Amino acid sequence: MEFSTISPIVIFFASIATSNMILNNFLGMCSYIAISSEYKTATGLGKAVTLVIVVTNAINWVIYHLVIVPLKIEYMQYIIFIMVIAATVQIIEMAMDRFVPDLHVSLGIFLPLITVNCAILGSTLFMVIRHYGLLQAILFGIGSGLGWWMAICMLAAIRERMQRAKLPPGLAGAGITFIITGIMALAFVGFSGIFTIQ
Amino acid sequence: MQEVLQTIGSVTGISLVLALIITLADKWLNDYGEVTVDINKGERKFKTEGGQMLLNALAAQKIFIPSACGGKATCGLCKVQVTDGAGPLLPTEAPYLTAKEQETHYRLSCQVKLKNDMAILIPEELFNIKEFIGTVEQLDNLTHDIKLLRIKLPEGETIKFKAGQFVQLYTKPYGKIKETVFRAYSIASPPSDNTHVDLIIRLVPGGIATGYVHEALKVGDEIRISGPYGDFFLRGDEGINELVMIAGGSGLAPIRSLLYDIAEKGLDYRIRFYFGAVAKRDLYAEEEMAKLEAEYPNFKFVPALSSPAAEDEWDGDTGRITEVVDRYVENADGKEAYLCGSPGMLDACIKVLHSKGFKDDAIFYDKF
Ligand SMILES: Cc1cc2nc3c(=O)[nH]c(=O)nc-3n(C[C@H](O)[C@H](O)[C@H](O)COP(=O)(O)OP(=O)(O)OC[C@H]3O[C@@H](n4cnc5c(N)ncnc54)[C@H](O)[C@@H]3O)c2cc1C
Ligand code: FES
Repeated sequence: MEFSTISPIVIFFASIATSNMILNNFLGMCSYIAISSEYKTATGLGKAVTLVIVVTNAINWVIYHLVIVPLKIEYMQYIIFIMVIAATVQIIEMAMDRFVPDLHVSLGIFLPLITVNCAILGSTLFMVIRHYGLLQAILFGIGSGLGWWMAICMLAAIRERMQRAKLPPGLAGAGITFIITGIMALAFVGFSGIFTIQ
Repeated sequence: MQEVLQTIGSVTGISLVLALIITLADKWLNDYGEVTVDINKGERKFKTEGGQMLLNALAAQKIFIPSACGGKATCGLCKVQVTDGAGPLLPTEAPYLTAKEQETHYRLSCQVKLKNDMAILIPEELFNIKEFIGTVEQLDNLTHDIKLLRIKLPEGETIKFKAGQFVQLYTKPYGKIKETVFRAYSIASPPSDNTHVDLIIRLVPGGIATGYVHEALKVGDEIRISGPYGDFFLRGDEGINELVMIAGGSGLAPIRSLLYDIAEKGLDYRIRFYFGAVAKRDLYAEEEMAKLEAEYPNFKFVPALSSPAAEDEWDGDTGRITEVVDRYVENADGKEAYLCGSPGMLDACIKVLHSKGFKDDAIFYDKF
């Protein structure tokens, strides 16, 4: 399949519905499971992930095409991407703390948590493997972030409603969370066929 | 070869550039100028560089807030009250703070960044924990196995504590003992004497720290202590008008401090102090207690011997301390109990107090 010719708009919608980071690719699961017990914090984390995916996708695209490819060090891309992501997150956090402290309160504290979120590195790697152009990469980032955000919010909303539910002791906590995620993923299979980007 | 060098070169180059950018960003973005931190309403103030975490800034001032996670917001031990300048509560802190603590401005000091001047309240106990290298001023036998150790703090240094709290005493290697240990000893002197610390130490056969104090230490020696610690101190909750104090052996130490403190402050309590010993040779501080009785008419010292020797000519109370307490304490109305001594004795006494109607929140103790 020729990925690089797909319309950015299609990529955007597909990365939410049919190629969702969590529900189809199972990336970024650790924070998704750990920080989804409360809707409010889940939204905060979702926003932070979205912001970081978009920014790092764009920066990594530039670095890949202007540094990694010309120097022929593609085999070092993982290390370089991770370093760039870590540095970017660090700087975004500092800038936020300084200039928009209110936003930092709701978002900033999640930033260090998601430096090592696999959805973020995953998004960069997908964009490289699929030879996306810059615009495609950015829209893919926005879509992936929104998709991740949506998934964690759905899970958090379900978990909040379930708080008083009587669960078998073995299922409480992570167990039921995985089951819910599985059922959500099954539901998302319903979208498949509308668009395909992977 | 060239490929290897090129790889190393380019990866190093990229790391360097990233490091440079972060450093510059840190310099420029994280520069909050100099900020002033006010502790306990002006009790102490210090200026420091902004942008750092409160926990670290305090540690640099030798104020040690407990922390077990190293500032990752996972232990919840580093709570302090920030009354001004902290900004909104962070979601990382919320799980560790009760609704009441949030209302009263408690924060996790490892998460609070110094961005502007700040006013904080630190529990006195924490603020006051210090280390002292004192000198042994006095070392007297109180009984055949109990010594009074009076430590003079270094010139110009003072200790601030609540009567009933304890210090840690650090030993030095002596005789066959090659290690340094530290043990807790209750302060027996009143808080008003803030340049000395009295300890009452009973020899534990084979004990390292007590052996050190009883055998190796001499008047004039240097001795290291730190403190104060502990939550054994006078509560005097509302409606309390009688204090029941119970001690055995060296457990008299914190009670002595409490008694002097209460007498000096002229607090109005009926106080009964039941002190258990085996025979007359285990009794001490009777003179002091008699003096206190004279000065503070509402106080009575009730020593009890469990098996007085024939030559003791004892006409006071006899029997185990639990029996004596059972005999004299009628009910729990308006009473708080303060106990100090060995775990066995304490447990037995607490049982008796429960049977008299004492609730756990009116019983305070230090188990030695
Ligand atoms: C809050 C607090 C306050 C204290 N205040 C005082 C005080 O004011 N005066 C005082 O004398 N002690 C006090 N203690 C007890 C003191 O801290 C030491 O535990 C005690 O002096 C023994 O220390 P050591 O190093 O000599 O004995 P270690 O070397 O620790 O012990 C030697 C042996 O004796 C046993 N042993 C330890 N302690 C006792 C004991 N109390 N009775 C019987 N056997 C024991 C041990 O199990 C061991 O086998 C206090 C303890 C606490 C927790
Ligand atoms: S140091 Fe552990 S929570 Fe602050």
